Amino acid sequence: MAETKKYPAPVTNPETVEFWEAAKAGKFMIKRCTACGEAHYFPRSICPFCFSDKTVWEESSGEATIYTYSLMRKSPTGPYAIAYVTLKEGPSLQTNIVDCDLTSLKIGQKVKVVFKPTDGAPLPFFTAA
Amino acid sequence: MTIKGKAYIAGIYEHPTRHAPDKSTAQLHAEVAKGAIEDAGLTKADIDGYFCAGDAPGGLWPMVDYLGLKVRHVDSTETGGCSYLIHLGHAAEAIAAGKCSIALVTLAGKPRTGPMPPRAAGAEADFEVAYGATTHNAYGMCAMRHMHDYGTTSEQLAWIKVAASHHAQHNPHAMLRDVVTVEDVINSPMISDPLHRMDCCVVTDGGGAMIVTTPEIAKSLKKPLVRLIGHGEAMKGPRGGKDLDLTYSAGVWSGPRAFEEAGVTPKDIKYASIYDSFTITVLMQLEDLGFCKKGEGGKFVSDGNLISGVGKLPFNTDGGGLCSNHPVNRGGMTKILEAVRQLRGEAHPKVQVPNCDLAIAHGTGGLLGVRHAASTCILERV
Repeated sequence: MAETKKYPAPVTNPETVEFWEAAKAGKFMIKRCTACGEAHYFPRSICPFCFSDKTVWEESSGEATIYTYSLMRKSPTGPYAIAYVTLKEGPSLQTNIVDCDLTSLKIGQKVKVVFKPTDGAPLPFFTAA
Repeated sequence: MTIKGKAYIAGIYEHPTRHAPDKSTAQLHAEVAKGAIEDAGLTKADIDGYFCAGDAPGGLWPMVDYLGLKVRHVDSTETGGCSYLIHLGHAAEAIAAGKCSIALVTLAGKPRTGPMPPRAAGAEADFEVAYGATTHNAYGMCAMRHMHDYGTTSEQLAWIKVAASHHAQHNPHAMLRDVVTVEDVINSPMISDPLHRMDCCVVTDGGGAMIVTTPEIAKSLKKPLVRLIGHGEAMKGPRGGKDLDLTYSAGVWSGPRAFEEAGVTPKDIKYASIYDSFTITVLMQLEDLGFCKKGEGGKFVSDGNLISGVGKLPFNTDGGGLCSNHPVNRGGMTKILEAVRQLRGEAHPKVQVPNCDLAIAHGTGGLLGVRHAASTCILERV
């Protein structure tokens, strides 16, 4: 079922358009604040920690570990695993774990970013590293 | 400045229906409003404040007009299932400030009859919607991490459902009245790991309402006196993804605020209404409110400790959302209603807590694993 699953195209907006443009080039971007040094996700123009507007785009390594997950056993498009993963750069984010054995997922497992197509910009997911 | 003792709950009503295909949502709001007004011994003309949340069709303008109210204070704070617990706190603030004297709060809807309208998108939508967060898997993620960090087990979570079922057997309106065992829960189908079907609450049509008023007006009415002596509210989300920790809720902030205002501690509480959208919701909130240490919730809820007449902390004696009612997928109102019944001495005799003079009603709204609000109300029989 996973092969046929259709994901919604991001709507995008002026604040996030650079993220989606980078995604089209296969790059997974995060934002970092140059005032306080903290990275965050999803991207904002103003830092959610120190409220500085000195935030800049940064390409993430795409390397992460699973913080937690839950395998949804049934859905109209089949089973799927929702998760939070923690990026090597620090921020944790919500995602799906895809294209690997969903029945043997473990907290702490290493994962890496993969993009999947939509009718618009591709969406980031994570798979076993 | 405090709301301690400034507002009393003078009227309550829980709609007996759990399935209402033959009624409109606005009609259910009107029926619960009527029930609460009559329970208080008031008339509609007495109402001068109105509170509703996202379940009210069209929000304040249509509802005030539909119900035929003439009000001087309104509040449509929307924080999902705990909206009504926040409404109670806000009603007390408005009453203390003289902005209104008799406030009506209503909740009603029909998720069992048909699909609910989607929520408006937040700034995170493009970065989250595609991943299919639902109540089941968002709470599943909390449970998974709680088990990882603290060794909590499915058997311990099951005890919460078992306790709720012991209470629901005495509630003629409860949707699920069969007493279940720990084995029943862990043998029920897995919905979203590690939550089984019986770890999940019911989906019901229905609603509830309450009347909040001044001490003077409450004392002029005939019902036993129940007042709010402490209230707290808080919110929590991933906040940029820093220091993510899904093993605690915003209750860690709303709880202490409410207890401090009330001047009591968890040890003083005789009865607890704790939002039970899922078993894990109860366990995390009991920890967050200070009924036990963080990580010891599993041990605390085991062996019937939440069963009235058996354990140390009787909870959700109406059967709660796990067994009785979870109208509109929003459990905050029914949490208040059963706490008031306990304080009035109007709970079912089989579950009534003896000399129940201090109760807590606490809930969360939104998704515990994503973004949510929490609200804590400490209630006292005068």
